[in-house]
Amino acid sequence: MNRNPKILIVDDEQIVRESLYHWFLEEGYNVDVAEDAETVLRKFEKGKYDLLLADMKMPGMSGLDLLCKIKEIDTDCIFILITAFASVPTAIKALKDGAYDYITKPVDPDELANVVEKALHQKKLINENTQLKDRFEEIIRPDNLIGESKEMQKIFDLINTVSQTDTTVMIRGESGTGKELVAKAIHINSKRKFFPIVTVNCGALAETILESELFGHEKGAFTGAHYKRKGKFEMADGGTIFLDEIGTVSPKMQIELLRVIETKQFMRVGGNENIHSDFRVIAATNEPLENLMKEGKFREDLYYRLNVFTIFIPPLRERKEDIPVLADFFIKKFNAQMNKSVKGVSKEAMDFLLNYNWPGNVRELENAVERALVVGKNELIQIADLPFHVTPFNLNDEGDSSLSAIEKRHIQNTLEGNSWNISKTAEVLKIDRVTLYNKISKYGLRKPE
Amino acid sequence: MNLHLVPLHFSNMNLLNQISFEVSRRLQANVEISNLPVDINKAYNKERGQYFSTLLLQDMVLTSQKLDGKVMGLVDVDLFVPVFTYVFGEAQLSGKNSIVSVFRFHEEIYTGKTDDDLLYERTLKEVLHELGHNFGLLHCKDWNCVMHTSQGIEEVDIKGNFYCADCHAVVKSNLIYL
Repeated sequence: MNRNPKILIVDDEQIVRESLYHWFLEEGYNVDVAEDAETVLRKFEKGKYDLLLADMKMPGMSGLDLLCKIKEIDTDCIFILITAFASVPTAIKALKDGAYDYITKPVDPDELANVVEKALHQKKLINENTQLKDRFEEIIRPDNLIGESKEMQKIFDLINTVSQTDTTVMIRGESGTGKELVAKAIHINSKRKFFPIVTVNCGALAETILESELFGHEKGAFTGAHYKRKGKFEMADGGTIFLDEIGTVSPKMQIELLRVIETKQFMRVGGNENIHSDFRVIAATNEPLENLMKEGKFREDLYYRLNVFTIFIPPLRERKEDIPVLADFFIKKFNAQMNKSVKGVSKEAMDFLLNYNWPGNVRELENAVERALVVGKNELIQIADLPFHVTPFNLNDEGDSSLSAIEKRHIQNTLEGNSWNISKTAEVLKIDRVTLYNKISKYGLRKPE
Repeated sequence: MNLHLVPLHFSNMNLLNQISFEVSRRLQANVEISNLPVDINKAYNKERGQYFSTLLLQDMVLTSQKLDGKVMGLVDVDLFVPVFTYVFGEAQLSGKNSIVSVFRFHEEIYTGKTDDDLLYERTLKEVLHELGHNFGLLHCKDWNCVMHTSQGIEEVDIKGNFYCADCHAVVKSNLIYL
């Protein structure tokens, strides 16, 4: 209730109405008056009031009858009866029927101020309480985690289920599908939500640095360790640790991780004190862990320790019905950031978005929309605004539909979709890098300047 | 001329002069003690033994047309409006006229002891408060501001004796046009 509370006064005596009107007005309330109960009911049809101050005795409908009618229309409205004819039975009846309080004329200004302030404060607390309960009852998910496809609805259900437990979760999915967002959604819906979620990108750090990052270090533990530093596991105490790209962790670190996850205890690098931390583990990978396990590159015991509850996030190409919703979401996001007013995507551009195979998944779509908003000059995103050198014409080029021409176009599209990153493109095309280089050379493909 | 203090039924001329001087000093405005042909007996309510302030204010509106600036009536009788047990005063919000009663500012009512300093302090606060309403001010949330609501004598004593910076700015800008 940040606005001024709305108060309606109903009394058949004009002088009472006016006195109360001015009194409430000077107090800074939003005040309205009515001369009888029928007028009150008409006013309630047009809008709600926070508090109704009603005279008990009025010609026509009495204050008590009005109370019953109002409670049928608006249960939240505070009803205070005011009367010159105070009697205990009437007061009790009014309170039983849902009146907040009952005051007698003439009113002590101090008493009126207290009753009204207390009632409005109570209403505010009740409203806040209801809103908080409502918020807790719905799944909270990070803004970018959106999708209307069956696949995404299933993921939301899984998030909801696993959030209620303290189980270790493994999130699988291609790069850019939103694994970190799912981890955050699990965390903020769990009982650990008031503690931090600490993210560690295991793939981005060398083994020695990773050890120090995860467990912390004592002063002088190694060259450059000028200060004692807490590690990520210690920072995650009470909350969640998100181990991204777990498939890239070295065998030595895998042993360390397994021990810490099992015992919840560890020592800082260079330290000899056992530190206990209460954390939940969520891991993520886009690596085929089962293959790595067979090749002996990923420990079986760690795999089973982490793989208790798995959530697979399908690639964007397998849930294309989410593309329009996601595109719309990113347009709104970047409109706000760039102060633009792009209204949507042209039909041709949307057809293209729906036909593209999105090797970089949602992240690639986000980047594509961002780029389109930067370069675009129209209300609708056009194909030319998209960061691909492909048009509907050459997508459906019927001039040359030979196998080699189609292969050439497909390789070119995929290279451009992955910003000419050879490793990523080879991975998407499921060929090795040497084969890809040979095909680039064969078809004379060149990276744009 | 900016402000008229009108003793409608007010015998404490010393207090009146003190208030006139202090209001003039604080607001940097001309304050004049004036008279209006208002018969307060017409506002007397026998059952309550009090005077109906809204009726007095209405009479002031009718009789103060020749006076320029703001007009404040002062009485030493107890005021009421029908719905309330009493009022310290009443003002036309963003209007010309207001009225203040010093009846309940006498410490004798509460402790039996006379305290002229307290009477002066309370009167000054409520005069500035009702004038504030004339200048369009509503009640202020700042307890140090004289425009804070005061629903009892304790609250009159607790609140500050001048406008906060925001309220003062409004009063000053209005005084320019008087």
